[in-house]
Amino acid sequence: MNEAPPPTIDALGQFRLSPVIGALGFSQSNVFMLVAAALTLAMLYFGMRPRAVVPGRFQALAEFAYEGIMGMCTSTIGHDGRKFFPFVFTLFFFILFGNLLGLLPFSFTYTSHIVVTFTLALIVFLLTTIVALAIHGTHFFSYFFPKGAPVLLAPLIVPVEIISYLSRLISLPVRLFANMVAGHVMFEVFASFVVMLGGAGLVGGIAAIFPLGINVILMGFELLVAFLQAYVFAILTCIYLHDAVHLH
Amino acid sequence: MDGRSGGPEPSFQERLRAARRRHGLDPVVTREPEAFSPWGIGLRVGAELVSSLVVAVGIGWLLDRWLGTRPILLGVFVLLGGAAGVVNVWRLFAPPSSPGGKGPK
Repeated sequence: MNEAPPPTIDALGQFRLSPVIGALGFSQSNVFMLVAAALTLAMLYFGMRPRAVVPGRFQALAEFAYEGIMGMCTSTIGHDGRKFFPFVFTLFFFILFGNLLGLLPFSFTYTSHIVVTFTLALIVFLLTTIVALAIHGTHFFSYFFPKGAPVLLAPLIVPVEIISYLSRLISLPVRLFANMVAGHVMFEVFASFVVMLGGAGLVGGIAAIFPLGINVILMGFELLVAFLQAYVFAILTCIYLHDAVHLH
Repeated sequence: MDGRSGGPEPSFQERLRAARRRHGLDPVVTREPEAFSPWGIGLRVGAELVSSLVVAVGIGWLLDRWLGTRPILLGVFVLLGGAAGVVNVWRLFAPPSSPGGKGPK
């Protein structure tokens, strides 16, 4: 990057926050969140504006997004899934655009910070618990003791079920965060190889083609991961909401 | 249907559901969206096992601090957390149980 003599691989420097408006604690991470929100709104606004019977490309994109998430909600949660459509849609596109924006050069991946993903998971967790309590009242607590299990085992089953329920709070954010961090660290490492080999004469310059090629392949893979992780987060939210609505 | 107002009897509903499932008319709810690849399964299982252990250790540690029973509850909750992790993994790969709480198939 600069003229420092020993080239080192600074794989984690890309996740450092730098203040944009220091007084507010407003970092580049927050800037990209706003960009993601603006892009989602723009996609829907410009996608819906033509209102053609036969949709054009952009309208087809917006309709596909709408119908895809709506299908996910109704098929997973059931008929009541429509009520949760706005939430799941927002969640999906916030994560998806976060992942995709992070793949652009000079950008920042806010989904690579566990604070962000954990907050999202906390919102999901609180929502599912509140929904379950609102629909089922105190009957919700029977969720922690499966019907037909021997009462003698209650001291064992209830803590295990509670831990299993709470573990969603960890497994959901860690999955997204770990995928994003791993992908970006790999980008950085192989890109550093290119720079290092490129500085090592003719042989190094030729050899540098290989890590460059790996990064090209990696970019395709990361595009897949960006979609897949947003999808996984959304569908797991739907499954948790299904459990909350139906209590198994 | 002679004057029955409450809809078909449950056994009919059940048989209808089974038939629909057999012919693939109902959308199958996938419990494991990452099951496309072995990598996905591996990561998923790892995440489930580790996260329930993390939660259990956290609970055990806090309870110990609160009740002043330093090592005991932590140990108990490590075991419970391991069990919860296995329960989660089982739920991922268990055959989908029928809604009526019946056995397999």
